[in-house]
Amino acid sequence: MDKFTELTAIAAPMPTENIDTDQIIPARFLKTIQRTGLGKNAFAAQRYDADGNEKPDFVLNQEPYRHAEILITYDNLGCGSSREHAPWALLDFGIRCVIAPSFADIFFNNCFKNGILPIPLPREICDELMDDARQGSNSRLTVDLERQVIVRPNGETIAFEVDPFRRHMLLEGLDDIGQTMAHDTEISSFEHRPSRAWVPSITIGTVK
Amino acid sequence: MPVTNSPRTLFDKIWDDHVVERIEDGTCILYIDRHLVHEVTSPQAFEGLRLSGRRVRRPDATVAVVDHNVPTSDRSKPIEEPQSRLQIETLEKNVAEFGIPYFPLRSASQGIVHVVGPEQGISLPGMTIVCGDSHTSTHGALGSLAFGIGTSEVEHVLATQTILQKPAKNMRVSVEGKVGPGVTAKDIMLAIIGRIGTAGGTGHVIEFAGSAIRDLDMAGRMTVCNMSIEAGARAGLVAPDETTFAYVKGRPFAPKGEAFDQACDYWRSLASDEGAYFDTEVTLAAEEIIPSVTWGTSPQDVLPIDGSVPSPSDVADPARAAQIQRALDYMGLEAGQKIAGTPVDVVFIGSCTNSRLEDLRAAADVVRGRHVAEGVRAMIVPGSGLVKHAAEAEGLDKVFLDAGFEWREAGCSMCLGMNPDRLTPGQRCASTSNRNFEGRQGPDGRTHLCSPAMAAAAAVRGHLCDVRELAKETV
Ligand code: SF4
Repeated sequence: MDKFTELTAIAAPMPTENIDTDQIIPARFLKTIQRTGLGKNAFAAQRYDADGNEKPDFVLNQEPYRHAEILITYDNLGCGSSREHAPWALLDFGIRCVIAPSFADIFFNNCFKNGILPIPLPREICDELMDDARQGSNSRLTVDLERQVIVRPNGETIAFEVDPFRRHMLLEGLDDIGQTMAHDTEISSFEHRPSRAWVPSITIGTVK
Repeated sequence: MPVTNSPRTLFDKIWDDHVVERIEDGTCILYIDRHLVHEVTSPQAFEGLRLSGRRVRRPDATVAVVDHNVPTSDRSKPIEEPQSRLQIETLEKNVAEFGIPYFPLRSASQGIVHVVGPEQGISLPGMTIVCGDSHTSTHGALGSLAFGIGTSEVEHVLATQTILQKPAKNMRVSVEGKVGPGVTAKDIMLAIIGRIGTAGGTGHVIEFAGSAIRDLDMAGRMTVCNMSIEAGARAGLVAPDETTFAYVKGRPFAPKGEAFDQACDYWRSLASDEGAYFDTEVTLAAEEIIPSVTWGTSPQDVLPIDGSVPSPSDVADPARAAQIQRALDYMGLEAGQKIAGTPVDVVFIGSCTNSRLEDLRAAADVVRGRHVAEGVRAMIVPGSGLVKHAAEAEGLDKVFLDAGFEWREAGCSMCLGMNPDRLTPGQRCASTSNRNFEGRQGPDGRTHLCSPAMAAAAAVRGHLCDVRELAKETV
């Protein structure tokens, strides 16, 4: 996973609530067996017409937002399915940071696992950042994970919260699995607790 | 395991019994008892294992099934869509390589992962259960902690049999009293989502309680828990009771004999203690719930069937008003119009929300002696091969076929339109599934969520209608 330390980038404003994972990546594009390549179909229904032509009024089809690396929305971003294809599609499009008043749980988690930083901020602040974003290509936001601040184009800083463990993993670009495997002894001893004796095993030949 | 004397909730108890270790800042390594795997969200996880030379820690706690992509028509032919075929073949290759028990397409028990797990006794009370699919919450009906995970977490569970999580907040939704005629588990859940909203449960695990929940059979409880995710919750659960034990007993992978009795004692001890703390409590009166449908493009856009579609002018918040307008435009509805009477093109009875034998019976009770309205395509997609078989043994297939329904093979089908079962642009569907998002059932398709009985009523009338009116007629 790529590290996330500091990002200075164009932000795309999407002032909509409940942007669900089916919007971020429609189900018909889930047939891939890879993590990459989904960016061209991110927001497909809003981005393209029936003939596959770009719809000019959609923000990510406009300059400079087609180069956006930050997305700002309203409440409950990423609601819907657990599909990690949603953050994969955003990442493949180029998005490294999402800002919203609130997020759906699984999506929030999935972002961290893919090196995307999700930042919850109050709606008024999201509105202000959207106003910044609307100023166009000279108006970049800086997201500094080390200092836990967003720097607005006018120099003002906005502090944000992030779980220390998640922050550490992002800053170092670490993979959870390796970390957890270091606790193998504890996992093994848990598995042998007598209180767990009732949990049946499923042997391969018995499933048909 | 922290020993504590303070009263705990059902969720707290299952959680505490699965914490391997608390690591930094309250994040826990949580042990997973069952990991269910399907073809769409697993290929990248297996690939990750291969790339890092890792193995599957507990193949005997992992079960795979194909469901999302599979054709629900004639299965004697090869799968036409090359990409769907590749995904299924990839799963088959992975389960063979890593030694994972698997229900293949040709299995008589194949079906939707959330139908197969409980039906086989693979999912049991008191367990932690995960699957790379948000509707894993369904299994919470057994009194287990079951939630959806992303593909990175699928890989994490395959490699370590644990996940990293912080405890959720506790929410209790109590539905008290008795529901009226024609009101089903689906209507109860739609009413709950209508009340608390699609973000109402964010950060919480919901325990569904109250007499109306206890009165539900297991299929009904699964319908309710299934849609916990549509209420924004991480998971939903119901305390295991005699209804649960009777359901579990004798299932192929459930404990047997003395082990079963011992397990029941443990499961009984899991119910929330008197005085346990819930961060959020919501109570609904069962009598006030009437058969419902959704009108918009979010599951919280719920209306009682005698209700009218909202208008953007009803709300003060301009963003919300714009959203209502957008939903109306998408759904092809007028502000203020009665929802009953809206003509439908397609009726879909299926999905992990409502495709169990009890659901099909409820639909058949409405359909029996009637016929699908002219111009309506109506399909029944049983949740598993076993459900299909059991329904056929009762003659339900005949009821549906005589009425002009399609009787199909098990799978996710039109719930998400990954296989060829899809709405065409502009088509309107009464659907027993769980999501009415834009494009969910096919690009520009329009979805009205409802119960199997209400969907069946829409099929025979050709429009959304109150199933209770049909019950009054003699056929
Ligand atoms: S039936 Fe629908 S909601 Fe359920 S697992 Fe399949 S696609 Fe997901």
